[in-house]
Amino acid sequence: MASEVERIGRERERKDIRDRWLLSAPALVIVFLAAVGPLFVMLLYSFMVKGDYGDVRPGEFSLEGWVSVFFQRDIFDDTLGLADAHLSIIWRSIQLSFLTTVLTLILGFPTAYFIATRPPHTREIWVFLVTIPFWTNLLIRTFAMQQVIRNEGLLNNALIWLGVIERPLQIMYTDTANLLGMTYVYLPLMVLPLYASIEKLDFRLVEAGYDLYATRFQVLRRIVIPLVRPGIIAGSILVFIPSLGAYVIPRVLGGGKNMMLGNLIELQFGAGRNWPLGAAMSITLMALVMVALIVYVRNASRGGAGHV
Amino acid sequence: MTHSRATGAHGGAIGLNGIKKWFGTFQAVDDVTLDIRSNEFFTLLGPSGCGKTTLLRMIAGFELPTEGSLTLDGAEISSLLPNQRPVNTVFQNYALFPHLTVAENIGFGLKMLGRPKAETAAVVADMLKLVHLEGRGDDPVTQLSGGQQQRVALARALAPRPKVLLLDEPLSALDLKLRKSMQIELKRLQAETGITFIFVTHDQEEALTMSDRIAVMSSGKVRQVGTAREIYDRPADRFVADFIGETNFLEATVERVEAGRAVLRLPSGATLTAGLPDGLSPSGKVSFVIRPEHAGLVAAGSGTIDGTLGNVVYFGTDTHYHVHLDDGATFIVRRQNARAGASGGPEAGQRVGILFGEDAAQILRD
Amino acid sequence: MFRSHFDVRAQPGFGLITLFTFFALYLPIAALVVYSFNGSESLSRWDGLSTRWFVAAWHNSAVQDAAVRSLVIALWAAFLATFAATMAALATTRTAPYRGLTFKYALINQPLMVPEIVTAVALLIVFSRIKVWTGYSGLGYLVMAHTAFCIPFAYLPIRARLESMDLTLERAAADLYATRWMTFRHVTLPLLRPGIIAGFMLAFVISLDDVVITEFVKSGGQDTLPTYMLGQIRRETTPEINAIATVFLALSTVLVVVFFFVNRRKT
Repeated sequence: MASEVERIGRERERKDIRDRWLLSAPALVIVFLAAVGPLFVMLLYSFMVKGDYGDVRPGEFSLEGWVSVFFQRDIFDDTLGLADAHLSIIWRSIQLSFLTTVLTLILGFPTAYFIATRPPHTREIWVFLVTIPFWTNLLIRTFAMQQVIRNEGLLNNALIWLGVIERPLQIMYTDTANLLGMTYVYLPLMVLPLYASIEKLDFRLVEAGYDLYATRFQVLRRIVIPLVRPGIIAGSILVFIPSLGAYVIPRVLGGGKNMMLGNLIELQFGAGRNWPLGAAMSITLMALVMVALIVYVRNASRGGAGHV
Repeated sequence: MTHSRATGAHGGAIGLNGIKKWFGTFQAVDDVTLDIRSNEFFTLLGPSGCGKTTLLRMIAGFELPTEGSLTLDGAEISSLLPNQRPVNTVFQNYALFPHLTVAENIGFGLKMLGRPKAETAAVVADMLKLVHLEGRGDDPVTQLSGGQQQRVALARALAPRPKVLLLDEPLSALDLKLRKSMQIELKRLQAETGITFIFVTHDQEEALTMSDRIAVMSSGKVRQVGTAREIYDRPADRFVADFIGETNFLEATVERVEAGRAVLRLPSGATLTAGLPDGLSPSGKVSFVIRPEHAGLVAAGSGTIDGTLGNVVYFGTDTHYHVHLDDGATFIVRRQNARAGASGGPEAGQRVGILFGEDAAQILRD
Repeated sequence: MFRSHFDVRAQPGFGLITLFTFFALYLPIAALVVYSFNGSESLSRWDGLSTRWFVAAWHNSAVQDAAVRSLVIALWAAFLATFAATMAALATTRTAPYRGLTFKYALINQPLMVPEIVTAVALLIVFSRIKVWTGYSGLGYLVMAHTAFCIPFAYLPIRARLESMDLTLERAAADLYATRWMTFRHVTLPLLRPGIIAGFMLAFVISLDDVVITEFVKSGGQDTLPTYMLGQIRRETTPEINAIATVFLALSTVLVVVFFFVNRRKT
């Protein structure tokens, strides 16, 4: 009898797991076909030979795509030199993404803290006000930024009217434009996770800090920041990663001269007609994102209590 | 039994035979054999983690036993799904469907059984009356008080007229006063419906006042099965004696066993007779218990044993006298406060005697 | 000065920075909206209040086509993604860990982990090949791609809702003679509804907003509103773009407000 019941139990468990696979099948298949699978095809393409009019030559393999991510062949003697153009764009992407993360943190932390310390009812309204730009189309927000920083835009007009400057500052089509655009667009991504972790903060600990003679700054530095570290890390990841892969913002605000990695990749699939190179660059971008994730996760798991 | 509202059918009898349940390497239920009779108010009593809820969940069908057989009126049911068993549960947190009204909650089981709408409506009206919620059928359950939710949960479980009703600590979320009135209510419902009730609780008072029979459980095992009186007066082992009520543990040597009782000799030399657990014929040193209210204070030298009176603790209805015995143990004697303002009892520091009542001592199976 | 209370939560200057943040968040949007009511031909000059650019956009057949296409894709993608995500959420919550569970989480959330531009070019590579092979170049590719990246967004609130749901409710249903399907139909689904609605709306907004993947997957003449706007912004812009953006903005704001209230009601 006992083994019979046991058999039925195992049978039910097996059926449950089978049902769970069936239920999740549609989502898994769709994501595989239209997101994950193509990445593998792209990996394959990065090892192929570019076609004359884009695409690749069927059946021919080569490392040329990967080599040209980092090196360029001299036209005359065929020697390899560093591909300065590519490397400087990759380096610029990393720098700009880092600066964007720092800027959003400088603005986002006090904002999130301020919101989280409002009375519960008003808090909801503040959060709602952060959510609206968050859900507004990224292109529209980029375009809105353009209205502010272009030569005849709000900022320049205001500065001229105030007499601070005489002729408009050229902000559009510079790295500053990229930085301002990304900071503006990704700011809500920093505020929301920060808010979530500050809101959970037990302010009795802050009281204890004051009780033990800490100043306001010491309380912030020694108590609040260590405790909301997970939120700071989450916000930084959420800002850094899309910044690294930014495409629309540099395309609209940065123009042709101030490309970021995303635009360089697009170029290979458009005018550059070098799909293997584009594929190799895409995988490089993914690798950079992975490295960033691993560094952050390492940091996150190391600093449980977060004492410095 | 009494007339029964539930189609005249009698409650079902549940048979548990050698039930074991393992969760990974943890054994939640260890070889439980129980016969729960038809129409009985049966209680599984024990501290949390003793396996009583797991046992209940196996009867309901939410867990399969690892070993053993489970029968309802003699038929094996251990592998049936919960919806295939004529057994309903009143859940600890009631588990009322928040998106349905009171009436829809109560009629849920009948609807699932595909009963005609008219029949369901009639039963629901009946049930509302049974639990004193007439006129509340269209209310959302979320607007009810705790006590009312409790009654809806009861009505919902009773509506399909199950053979057995399982109650998983259903009163634990209620305040004391409501709990007392629900205890009486549950007793009444059980008598009126004739359904077998299996009630799980960790509250000994609840168990003692409501049950026809009680099974005391600890660490997955059934320690003792019996009526409230049997369990209180004749605890089988140290765990049961300690878990239920207050008690004094003492040691003595068995002189002889005669007519189902043992004659014991205390270290002080005094002798007394004590009850024996079924099938035990002890010899040598044994432990026995005496309830505080089964002993009285007398003048030193005229009781069974002597001691020095320590704390006297006043409890309103009664007073506890802590007597320090000469071997260092403390014996508590409970005396009811018969008259208001009475004074002049023995005082701390005084030598006193303790007189054991007739049949008060019970030997433990250790 | 008499201070009745020492506010332990206060930090100096944080209020000012917050004020600046909100100013910075809303100023560009406000500028965009204001300029959409500009009567002038050019964004550079202000020529008085006018709704002429709204009228122009409304009658612009390219805008009309793009708007309809955006809606069709978003509705399909949100519907398919919500359907798939609901089933996936049921399959991956409220269970002891089983072989493949982590794999499922990873796969379902994968679109969130990869930069959009990378997915976009990968899809370009694969879909351009398939377009040549099959000769089909309809909206199916866009719907497919959008569904894939909408799935994790639809999955999020549905899963959260499921995990906060009391398992004993479903046990109670089973105890009251409901089969698995009846339990799902009468208990799980009604309780899950707010999560499903939230998931659908999120997926809808995400699909509606997408620029990058659409830009790379679309065939000729398959502009959605965002890709149409991207194309226009590159040229000399007229306030017509502002008008379109303003309408778009109003639409997403309405959706966010509805989402906000749906989410609030559930608690």
